[in-house]
Amino acid sequence: MENLLQPWPWYVSGPLITFVMLILFYFGKTFGMSSNLRTLCSIGGAGKYADFFKFDWKSQRWNLAVVVGAIIGGFISVQLLSDESTINLSSNTMDDLSAMGFQNVGNSLLPSEIFSWDAILSLKGFSILIIAGFLVGFGTRYAGGCTSGHAISGLSNLQKPSLVAVIGFFIGGLIMTHFILPLIFTA
Amino acid sequence: MKFIKYLLVGIFFGIVLVKSEAVSWYRIFEMFKFQSFHMYGIIGSSVLLGVVSVGLIKCMGIKGNEGEKIKIFPKDKGFIRYLLGGTIFGLGWALAGACPGPMYILVGTGVFSMLIVIAAAVLGTFVYGVIKDKLPH
Repeated sequence: MENLLQPWPWYVSGPLITFVMLILFYFGKTFGMSSNLRTLCSIGGAGKYADFFKFDWKSQRWNLAVVVGAIIGGFISVQLLSDESTINLSSNTMDDLSAMGFQNVGNSLLPSEIFSWDAILSLKGFSILIIAGFLVGFGTRYAGGCTSGHAISGLSNLQKPSLVAVIGFFIGGLIMTHFILPLIFTA
Repeated sequence: MKFIKYLLVGIFFGIVLVKSEAVSWYRIFEMFKFQSFHMYGIIGSSVLLGVVSVGLIKCMGIKGNEGEKIKIFPKDKGFIRYLLGGTIFGLGWALAGACPGPMYILVGTGVFSMLIVIAAAVLGTFVYGVIKDKLPH
């Protein structure tokens, strides 16, 4: 039980993610979390504006059930399966983030500098969340998948498009982390 | 009732991603800084086991729960859309510190500000759908 409450090592977590993918394959489905964003658009009536959203979204209800489950899973993890341990980040990461003005690095899952209500209620903080979400939503549909669809399922299936997409994920991620974040956050 | 099994898969997925810390903004920052093996270990071991499992499924013609052989549909051919779309996604991933799965999961952990990110992601998907035919694919 103690091991369950502590953070799980990568060699346990990685294979368990594969298991999630395989069980969805077994049910005749796919492992793709970003597809739900398109489904939400269709439910909201986006079919009136673009044919891309005119599809039988009810056939995607199973995936929405996965989303609802994921939210519940998040709740269970912090309420019942946590020993409140801090994130064991590398000391280089802690130093870099401190130099950018972040405090209490790794004490919680997310930095309060970005996700706390205080941060969001500023124009800068609000813009960060809106821009970040927009880029994820736009990019993932343009690329036809996200981490689950391309990095895990696509690479497992040895698909060239997914390799290109993952290279793209890293180009974008490296530009953001190394060049743009240091401009946004300065101590 | 038929959705219960998917709900359970989702719950399991949510727990794994929180307990692995893959939902943490800090871990994504650390990954893009190449300062820890943690995220590479998670993704790498997952893909490695995935390659072996998918290979076995194909070789042995393993059947799904409805008695049909498991089929894995490949992505459409293309290059530009994957590189450009992937890069745009990567910019957002590193800024939000979360891709779509973790976004939902984090709402469950009590980070309600993530709902703003999800709303913006839905908007981004909507805009893509509207201007899709004008983009190179």
